[in-house]
Amino acid sequence: MSTSDFSVSTPIDQVSVEERVARLNKRSIKKESKVQALKLALSMMDLTTLEGKDSEGKVVQLCQKAKLPYAPMPDLPKVAAVCVYPTMVRTAKKHVKGSGIQVASVATAFPSGMAPLSVRIDDTKFAVDEGADEVDMVISRGAFLSGEYNLVFDEIAAIKEACGKAHLKVILETGELHTYENVRKASDIAMEAGGDFIKTSTGKISPAATQPVTLVMLEAIRDYYYRTGKMIGMKPAGGIRTAKQALQYLVLVKETLGAAWLNNEYFRFGASSLANDVLMQIVKQQTGQYQSADYFSVD
Amino acid sequence: MEHLEVLKTYKIYVGGNFPRTESGRYYKVYDSEKELLANACLCSRKDVRNAVKTARGAFGGWKSRSAYNRGQILYRIAEMMESRRAEFESQLSKIGFTATEASADVNASIDRLIYYAGWTDKYQQVFGSVNPVASAHFNFSILDPTGVVGIFAPENSPLLGLVSVVAPVIAGGNTCVVLASEMYPLPSIIFAEVLNSSDVPGGVVNILTGKKEELAEHFSSHVDVNAMMYSDKLSAEMKKLIDENASTSVKRVIKKPVEDWYHEKAQDPYFIIDVQETKTTWHPVGF
Repeated sequence: MSTSDFSVSTPIDQVSVEERVARLNKRSIKKESKVQALKLALSMMDLTTLEGKDSEGKVVQLCQKAKLPYAPMPDLPKVAAVCVYPTMVRTAKKHVKGSGIQVASVATAFPSGMAPLSVRIDDTKFAVDEGADEVDMVISRGAFLSGEYNLVFDEIAAIKEACGKAHLKVILETGELHTYENVRKASDIAMEAGGDFIKTSTGKISPAATQPVTLVMLEAIRDYYYRTGKMIGMKPAGGIRTAKQALQYLVLVKETLGAAWLNNEYFRFGASSLANDVLMQIVKQQTGQYQSADYFSVD
Repeated sequence: MEHLEVLKTYKIYVGGNFPRTESGRYYKVYDSEKELLANACLCSRKDVRNAVKTARGAFGGWKSRSAYNRGQILYRIAEMMESRRAEFESQLSKIGFTATEASADVNASIDRLIYYAGWTDKYQQVFGSVNPVASAHFNFSILDPTGVVGIFAPENSPLLGLVSVVAPVIAGGNTCVVLASEMYPLPSIIFAEVLNSSDVPGGVVNILTGKKEELAEHFSSHVDVNAMMYSDKLSAEMKKLIDENASTSVKRVIKKPVEDWYHEKAQDPYFIIDVQETKTTWHPVGF
């Protein structure tokens, strides 16, 4: 398969995208369906800690929460993965061992990506050698915005190669791409260059994930699937804090890509505080009582 | 020129805004002559949820204000009430207060705010303590606000009663969700407008209107409400409901039976202490 001509943009109708999101957000999901959706959202979570102050203790705590999100309800699903910096991969790997939870590592000079390609490749190899199952890379937004699409493509392809068997998630950092056309184009580049997942944001730039941007990316995935038959995953990250938002994202996925994408092989939430809100809603559904954050673990 | 009278829409007060109830429901409010006075919001479970959420959000900021600043803000509420006294008096006279009674009610409400404004930076010294212990420790107890307090305002004292239950709660750094007098909810909305223009951060006081019968369940079962407070005589079933629901989250239930809100016993610092938790610290010291 030859690659597309990236100098040609796929036009995006901004008004329609936002209208469609607004319309889908009116879906009302209640009772049993809500509980099912909340549990699904929990199982799709990449529990994340990406701070300069991260310590081993923090990562161990995160892993415990990943395995057993809420001790009083041991039957709840585990989360999909924990997402950490490369230096924390070994610790995370050790503490999720045997649970089936993946360890994802950001790499490639996250979050800016402003380092020579060789450094970013080394960063990636280090994470994979430490045992990362998934690598979350950032693209060079500066190069992308300067129109150097082939350079961006080549970089992603090079990182993909460095990943070996590890899954590659490509962070577009949509908050820096300015237009939906750019989001669409970056998505196409990332998929064609070999990304297994496309991901909205690092979480370090505002705005992070938004629903319209997610819809544009989901449609790129759908069109790519029609063209090649290959299913690419989607991961909105950053700014998703409430269970209600999570359900709205699930509706977007269902309506754009269908049920085949509604599992943690193809859809993830990158979040840190979302887990607690989802847990609180699940407990609310079971007990009928609104919950208090005081009774849920901080990290 | 002829003037078209514009009737006021009475809304609720949540997070420093004046939304309508999310349920879209209303109930009729009558004056003392049984004439229709206005429609008031008939709040629902979700209004309680939203109000608790915003009260929780406001709690951290409010409790970390300096005691002196909380006093200034309570004093400011009193000032703003003074400037809108005519509106309060006219509202009270519609529900059966004589001009003298209405004026006395507003006066007492303002005085009560100033009374608690004075206490904000004093109750800690009076009720905190340094405790004698037998070991080499400096042992002291300080008071911490309980958190989000759910309040059923007094039914028959729609202004003074309301002020008397809200002021001590916020003076001590708590935030609250108040269900106004069911029969006479309108003074509470004017009071909300006063709060909104007197430096009280949004979410510190939230005022809902509606039926106790319907909302007691939702106030008392919400785990994020740390205390429930009422001063009226409630039915045995409602008391039981509140007590039982409160027990599941170890919520304080504070019953303050007050018959006469003008009485000197209707104001004292123990109203503040009711919604404070005592924290005792053992601090090692050298010999």
